[in-house]
Amino acid sequence: MSLIQLSKNQSLHAALLLPVTNSVGAHLRRHFSSTETDTRTLTIETSVPYTGHKLEPPSRSVETTQKELLTFFREMSLMRRMEIAADSLYKAKLIRGFCHLYDGQEAVAVGMEAAITKKDNVITAYRDHCIYLARGGTLVGAFAELMGRRDGCSKGKGGSMHFYKKDSGFYGGHGIVGAQTPLGCGLAFAQKYLKEEHVTFTLYGDGAANQGQLFEALNMAALWDLPVILVCENNHYGMGTAEWRAAKSPAYYKRGDYVPGLKVDGMDVLAVKQACKFAKEHVLKNGPIILEMDTYRYHGHSMSDPGSTYRTRDEISGIRQERDPIERVRKLILSHDFATEKELKDTEKEVRKEVDDAIAQAKESPMPDPSELFTNVFVKGLGADAFGVDRKEIRTVLP
Amino acid sequence: MASDVTRRIGIVGGTAWRWRGARRMSTSTSTSTSSAAKTKSSSGSTKKEVNLFTAINQALHIALDTDPRAYVFGEDVSFGGVFRCTIGLAERFGKNRVFNTPLCEQGIVGFAIGLAAMGNRAISEIQFADYIYPAFDQIVNEAAKFRYRSGNQFNCGGLTIRAPYGAVGHGGHYHSQSPEAFFCHVPGVKVVIPRGPQQAKGLLLSCIRDPNPTLFFEPKSLYRLAVEEVPENDYMLPLSLAEVIREGRDITLVGWGAQLSAMEEACKEAEKDGISCELIDLRTLLPWDKETVEASVKKTGRLLVSHEAPVTGGFGAEIAASVAERCFLRLEAPVARICGLDTPFPLVFEPFYLPNKNKILDAIKSTVKSSRSCVFARQQNIWLALMHPFCPHKQKQPVTGLIESGRPDSGPTVQPAPSADHPVQQ
Ligand SMILES: Cc1ncc(C[n+]2csc(CCOP(=O)(O)OP(=O)(O)O)c2C)c(N)n1
Ligand SMILES: [Mg+2]
Repeated sequence: MSLIQLSKNQSLHAALLLPVTNSVGAHLRRHFSSTETDTRTLTIETSVPYTGHKLEPPSRSVETTQKELLTFFREMSLMRRMEIAADSLYKAKLIRGFCHLYDGQEAVAVGMEAAITKKDNVITAYRDHCIYLARGGTLVGAFAELMGRRDGCSKGKGGSMHFYKKDSGFYGGHGIVGAQTPLGCGLAFAQKYLKEEHVTFTLYGDGAANQGQLFEALNMAALWDLPVILVCENNHYGMGTAEWRAAKSPAYYKRGDYVPGLKVDGMDVLAVKQACKFAKEHVLKNGPIILEMDTYRYHGHSMSDPGSTYRTRDEISGIRQERDPIERVRKLILSHDFATEKELKDTEKEVRKEVDDAIAQAKESPMPDPSELFTNVFVKGLGADAFGVDRKEIRTVLP
Repeated sequence: MASDVTRRIGIVGGTAWRWRGARRMSTSTSTSTSSAAKTKSSSGSTKKEVNLFTAINQALHIALDTDPRAYVFGEDVSFGGVFRCTIGLAERFGKNRVFNTPLCEQGIVGFAIGLAAMGNRAISEIQFADYIYPAFDQIVNEAAKFRYRSGNQFNCGGLTIRAPYGAVGHGGHYHSQSPEAFFCHVPGVKVVIPRGPQQAKGLLLSCIRDPNPTLFFEPKSLYRLAVEEVPENDYMLPLSLAEVIREGRDITLVGWGAQLSAMEEACKEAEKDGISCELIDLRTLLPWDKETVEASVKKTGRLLVSHEAPVTGGFGAEIAASVAERCFLRLEAPVARICGLDTPFPLVFEPFYLPNKNKILDAIKSTVKSSRSCVFARQQNIWLALMHPFCPHKQKQPVTGLIESGRPDSGPTVQPAPSADHPVQQ
C-alpha cells in the first residue's frame, strides 16, 4: 500500500481532524510522514540496563524518532491482533495442526527487524507467525498458510509452524526444538564466505537452550568466527516447564561460556533494536554472540494449552500491566505528544480491519491442488496417484 | 479373548508357543470390547471401562509400585505429560522416581541407558514419536548394542521408551509420524505397538519387565477414543506373539496399533461381499511372530499388510518379503501393501495420505477377485499361473487404491535385477 502524501502546508493537526478515510492504514502513515518533526531523533533510556557476559554492553540510551515509535506501535498492534485472530480461527477449526502464538513477544520481532536488513537472515522455531510478518510477510500470506490455503506463504503445505519468506532471508519455522540452531551456523558460514557483511539471527527458546545441538552450534560458530547471533527468546517456559525446573543456570546469555552474551529486556522494543544493532556489528568483527531476550508469552504454549496450570493468572496480568511491549510504546508516544490516545485507538481499529480483511481474503483462497501432496518431496514429483476418502481419482501431473 | 488375558496373568514366563494354540481357538471373530465385557475373570479381578491413556497410567502405577527400582521421566511427565499418561505418578511415588527432564531427547535416552545399566527400570517418555530422532543415535548405537559389544557384561534391558505415534486427524508434519520401521532395522531393541487399552496395559508391563531395551509406541489418536474393559490388576501379555483378532478364509490382513481399526472396518465391509478376512494384530514388530502370520497366509493364500508409515521401506515390506520366502507356493495373489504414501506426513492432505478403510477394502477385493478369477491360480498356484501365456497376472498386478508408478499408465514398476541382459535403466 503506498503512502498518501499530503501537501506540505497541510498541518499535522488539520490532517488529524479529517474524517477517517476508508483507505486502511493511510491515517497513521499520513500522520507521521507529513511533519518535519517526525524524523527528529530523540534519545530514550531502556527500561533496564543491559547485562553483558564477556563484553562491554551497549549504552542504555537509544535513539529513535516519532515516526519509528508510531511504526513500532502499529506493527506490534498488528501482530497482536493477528495472533488473537488466529486464536479464534483455530477455535473455529479453520486452522488445523499445531499453532503457537507470539503475543507478548512482539517487541523481539519488531525491534530485531528495525536493526537489520532483509539481506540478513533470520531462522526460528515454530512460533514464527510474527517473525514472518516482521520480515515483510503479508497478512494474507500468513492467514492463508494458517488455514492451509494455496495463497499461504508456504503454499498451504506448511501450516502454522512452517512459515518462510525467501526473498527477505527468512529461513523460517522449524518443528524440532533446537534443530534450527546449527542450521543458523551454516547460513552464517555461507554469508561470511560471500564477504557481504550480512549476518544470521538464529532464534531459539529457553526450552531449546537445553538441547545439545545448541552447544554444538555455539562451538562451531565460535571456532569459525561465524557472523551468527544466537537469540534466546526466553519466555520463561518451555511448554509447561518453568525455566528453573529445566535449566541449572537460566542465565542463557552466559551459557555460551566462551561466546559473549548480552541480556536484553525483550519487552522493550527499543532495547531490542539497540541490542540487535550492537550484535550485528559485534559478530561481523568478533564472531558469534548470544542475545538473551527476556520476554513473555501471554497465550499457552500451543492451542491445546490453556496456559494457566503452571503459572498464576496474577503472573500473567502482572506482566501485562507492567511490561507489555505495546503499552510501553503507547506510553512513550503519549508522553511525547506524538499522537493522542484517540489516534492510537484509531490505529488499533485500522489494524483490526486490516486483519479482518486479510482473513476474508485468505478464506477465499482455495485449498492446494491435491497433486501438491506429491510435489516438492524431491525436485521432480513422485509420480504417484492416490485417491482420498471420497474415492475421487486424483492424478498428478508429472514434471 | 478376555479370558485369555486373565489366564495369561502371571504365566508370561512360559513360552509363547504354549499360548498360541489356545488363543487361536478362543479368538472370536472380532476385537469388539463386548466379548471382554461378557467374560468373567477366573482370578476374580475386577475390570473397569477405561481409555487408553488411563490403561497406560495404570500400567505405570503398577510398574512403579511393584519394583522400587523403576523410574518414570521425560518432558513434562511429572505434570502428567501432554497426553495425561503419567498423571498422579509424581504425587504417588515422589519426585525422585517420577520427574521432568529438560528438553533434550538425546540426553533423556542416554541417561536412561545409564540408569538401566545399573539394574534399574528406566521408563522414559519421548513426548511425540516425531521427537525420537534426536535420540536415534542413543537407541541405535548405545542401547541396542550394549549387551552384544560388552560380551554380555552390560546391558540396558531395563530401558523402556514410550512415545505416542501416528495420525490424529490434523497433526501435520511433526505430530503424526510413525517411525517404527527405523527401529525394526536395529537388532537389539524390541518394538511393540498396542491396539487398545487392554492390550496396552499388558504389553507395556511386559516391555517394562522385559530384560531387553524396548520401544513402546502408543497410538495417540486412541488415547481418549479407545475405551475398553481393562482388568485392574497386574497382568502381562506376551511379547513377540501376534494375535489373530478375526478369523477368516480368503485373505490375511496384518497390521498393528491404530491402523487395525481401519482394517477391521474394511474386513466387515468385505464380508458383505462374501470375502472372509483374517485379521492379525502383530503387536510386537521386532522380533516378530512370523509363525502366526505364516500359518494364516498358508490357510488363506493371500496377504495384505497395512501401516500408516510410508510404504517404501516400511515394516510391511519386511512382512511381505518373509511371506514370499515362507509361503511362496501357497500365495494366490501378490502381497498387497496399503500404507502411507511416500511423502512427508502432510498437513492439509492427511485424508489422501492415510491408508483408510476404502483403500484397504479395494485392495482386499482386487487381491481376492483377481486370483479367484484366475482359473490358473485356482487350479494350481500363482507361480504356475504366472508362467501361462493367458494368465492375467502376467500383465498386470491388481490395482489397489494407491497406484505407484513413474508412468501413470504403464502398470506397476518392476525393477529387474541388474544382469547382462537387463542392465538397470537410468
Ligand atoms: C525435539 C523436540 N522435542 C520436543 C518437542 C515438543 N515441544 C515443542 S515446543 C516445546 C517447548 C519449547 O520451549 P521453548 O524452547 O522455550 O520455546 P517456546 O515454546 O517457549 O517458544 C516442546 C517440548 C519438539 N517440538 N521437538
Ligand atoms: Mg520458552
